[in-house]
Amino acid sequence: MSATHKPTLLENDGVRRSLLLSPAVIMIGIFLIMPLLMVLVFSFLQPGTYGGVIWEFSTDAYRQFFFEEDFLTEEMVFTPAYLEIFGASFTNAVIAVFFCFLVGFPTAYFIATRPARTQGLWLFAITIPYWVNLLIRTVSMLFIIRDQGPLNEFLLNLGIIDKPLSIAYTQYAVVLGLFYSYLPFMVLPLYAAIERFDFSLLNAAHDLYASRWKALRYVLFPSVRNGIIAGCLLVFIPSLGAFIAPDVLGGGKQLMIGNMIALQFQGSRNWPFGAAAAVILLTFVLCLLMFFAWRASKSSQSAQQKAQHKAQQKVQQTNEGGSH
Amino acid sequence: MNMDIKHYPGTRAITIFCLLVLYSPMLVVAVYSFNSLRSISNWGGFTFDWYIKAFNNPAIQSAALNSLSIAFTASLIATAIAVCASLALLRGKKFKGQGAFAGLLSLPLMIPEIITAVASLVFFVAIHLTLGLGTILLAHIVFCIPFAYLPISARMKGISADYDQAAMDLYASRWACFHYVTLPMLMPGIASGMMLAFIVSLDDFIVANMVAGPGASTLPMTIYSMVRIGFTPEINAVSTLLLLTSTLFVGGSWLLNRGDKQQRSE
Amino acid sequence: MKKTQGFKRLTQGLSALAGGLLLSSAVQAEGELHLYNWSDYMPQALLDKFAEQYDVKVTQDTYDSNETLLAKLKSGVKGYDVAVPGDYMVAIMVKEGLLENIHANKLSNFSKVKKDLINVYFDEGREYSVPYQFGTTAFMVDTAVYGGDINTLDILFNPPAELKGKINMFRDVNDVINAALRYKGYETCNANRKELKEVNDMLKTASENWLSIQSDGAREMLVSGDAAVSMVWNGMALRARQEKASLQYAYPKEGLTAWADNLVVLKDAPNLENAKLFLNFMMEPENAATLTNFAGYTAGVEGTDPYLDEKFKGALELNPPAGAPVAEFVPPCDPEVVRLYDRIWTNLLK
Repeated sequence: MSATHKPTLLENDGVRRSLLLSPAVIMIGIFLIMPLLMVLVFSFLQPGTYGGVIWEFSTDAYRQFFFEEDFLTEEMVFTPAYLEIFGASFTNAVIAVFFCFLVGFPTAYFIATRPARTQGLWLFAITIPYWVNLLIRTVSMLFIIRDQGPLNEFLLNLGIIDKPLSIAYTQYAVVLGLFYSYLPFMVLPLYAAIERFDFSLLNAAHDLYASRWKALRYVLFPSVRNGIIAGCLLVFIPSLGAFIAPDVLGGGKQLMIGNMIALQFQGSRNWPFGAAAAVILLTFVLCLLMFFAWRASKSSQSAQQKAQHKAQQKVQQTNEGGSH
Repeated sequence: MNMDIKHYPGTRAITIFCLLVLYSPMLVVAVYSFNSLRSISNWGGFTFDWYIKAFNNPAIQSAALNSLSIAFTASLIATAIAVCASLALLRGKKFKGQGAFAGLLSLPLMIPEIITAVASLVFFVAIHLTLGLGTILLAHIVFCIPFAYLPISARMKGISADYDQAAMDLYASRWACFHYVTLPMLMPGIASGMMLAFIVSLDDFIVANMVAGPGASTLPMTIYSMVRIGFTPEINAVSTLLLLTSTLFVGGSWLLNRGDKQQRSE
Repeated sequence: MKKTQGFKRLTQGLSALAGGLLLSSAVQAEGELHLYNWSDYMPQALLDKFAEQYDVKVTQDTYDSNETLLAKLKSGVKGYDVAVPGDYMVAIMVKEGLLENIHANKLSNFSKVKKDLINVYFDEGREYSVPYQFGTTAFMVDTAVYGGDINTLDILFNPPAELKGKINMFRDVNDVINAALRYKGYETCNANRKELKEVNDMLKTASENWLSIQSDGAREMLVSGDAAVSMVWNGMALRARQEKASLQYAYPKEGLTAWADNLVVLKDAPNLENAKLFLNFMMEPENAATLTNFAGYTAGVEGTDPYLDEKFKGALELNPPAGAPVAEFVPPCDPEVVRLYDRIWTNLLK
């Protein structure tokens, strides 16, 4: 084929490829990577009195995370307050992941065990909320759980409670919001993993007198481990940096990292500190992702395949044993 | 063989609970958008009044126009970029750094939205770009790229390179080959990717809120500030329309993909 | 083949449309006015009237505190023509060079401005600004929930059992800290570190009894019953009371803040002439009255009485009872104090 064409510059694979890739690389490079680097630079500057930055090098923004000037002595003393916000965000995210898994795993399992014909529809039903406006979903959640909202109205009418539950504007509301926001993120990767699972392995375990729980624990979970990790990360990362759920459902009082970052750029006017918080959050997230990517690539070939191989041998053995 | 081992009791109930949790808030909003009373506890009869009121609200009108033009333009450009990128990454020989480029394309997905938002703000301010519709558009194109890329690349992987080969053996130029062979086959993927990108742009609140300028309020921003003032059925009406739009687009995108899969499996 | 041609035509059409949309938003710069205002602070009818009278397209974006306005402008946002800063914020914005000197006192309707609002500390003789509305900041209590004395800051900082966990505070650093300083009996704009430390600790303890910290949702929270107490501006209080009669505005014995919002034209406003027209338009007594009827605060110009609604006659929110403390205007504090305030505020929010 190459003989029939006079190779022009555009025919050159490398040149053509670079040209085709350049729009994406330029857009992401200029409008995402450059801004992120700019945040890194800003985190080492000094804040202007009413917002913006003063171009002088300083590590104050990072020190501020751990130390604060004492009101009286003006000495720098250790204050865990910002670490506590990180801690609280972390806790909220972990609880959200836990509940998402608790509901998401059975759901994913149920869908994966439907006949192929209906699986698509079930999956579609889970996917829609994933694409629907997160702000509206969160606001409607607030609408429902308010003291005078439909949920309390409903429970009061049924006589289950005798005074409205105060859920709105509490940490429970924030966690509920995170759970609700990111539940589809848990179900989808779990489904993908379970769908590929070889269910004859469960039969094998059963034939070896494993209880349902043991079959789940020792056969299903290890085989779909990467799906579990992916689901947990997909819920954990956006939960950690969430802005809308704490803002709308937490009533501005239950700050999470995302709100704290936004606050520095809007009300509190300390851009370098906001930038430093963003850098810390991003570093944490990227480390987390790389760690699991590394582990997955390392373990997927070895451990998981080994387990599967062993299990398959067992199936064969049991099948042979059973067909006497 | 005992097939029942596959079945775990309670999974159906939990699935239904899961769907209930996911859908009930949206349904409640939709139902109340038709309530003629402002009240939550009383039903005053079915009405379209709130929709009419919302349509006549100039703030909502201009926000809707802003949102639609940004979503449309951003998804169009992001889709074009994604098509180019998928041609480069999935056609032709393997090359060094292929994985790194694929990673770069999905980078916008991995960064928490609030960080994208403040980074964009800091950057636009630093390069003295006037904040407004243009800055929202630029930010949206970037994070729409991975959403457009996913279905397009999936489709591209499904098209055998033999078609290209055959066309070129018949002395078709590269462009003609792309135009008459690859592009028509890629169309479902492109349409599906553009729909997803459109939705993602239409729904964004966090980034737009940070980089918006005068007169550039988008629909989610307007809804946010209206909700703060008071929960009116008018907001429910707008929200319901937005929910419906998303559902239609995702449904469309899904049908395209499904038809595509069935075709291939047949 | 047919399909691709269709696609081609489609993409051509679509890109033309996209280009058109982008252009249209850039080209229409003539005959526009970009207003940057507090949320829920301007009736749409008044904007429509101005738009019709002068054939100008008016757009409005909103903010929720003076500090947000300042932060947004300082971050380099350009393109707004008119904003509505409070008294002390006008002083800061003048100093920061954010305002256009439009010789406001030369506008034709300036003669209608109330005399005691002309020589104000933040804009002596009114070069940059004209009065918008003025009022007070205190709080409001649902008397159906709590029947005791409400005219004390104890309600916010040391609430009775009935009100615990049902309090909303303003998301406004100055309003909250000034109230706390008055509660402790200290001066406002205070650089005394010992006293600020006490305020810091007191706020941290008090916040355990608070439900939320947000400004623009306050009325909705009171009316819906989510909150039984909320910091409010007096006009907001009046509107809330009309929707729920058991709500009552408090005049705390420790004192309250007076404020006066102003219309200003921002530096390098793209539509300078329209901005001036708008300022003049808003000083027309009939228009000022329309604003007051909507927002519920006192107008800055004379002659609005004939146009005012019945609801303002003897309204407690606008007419302090005998014996109520005189509301205090708080000037901008030193940068040192601002920095300490910001720290207390961040401490509180974290």
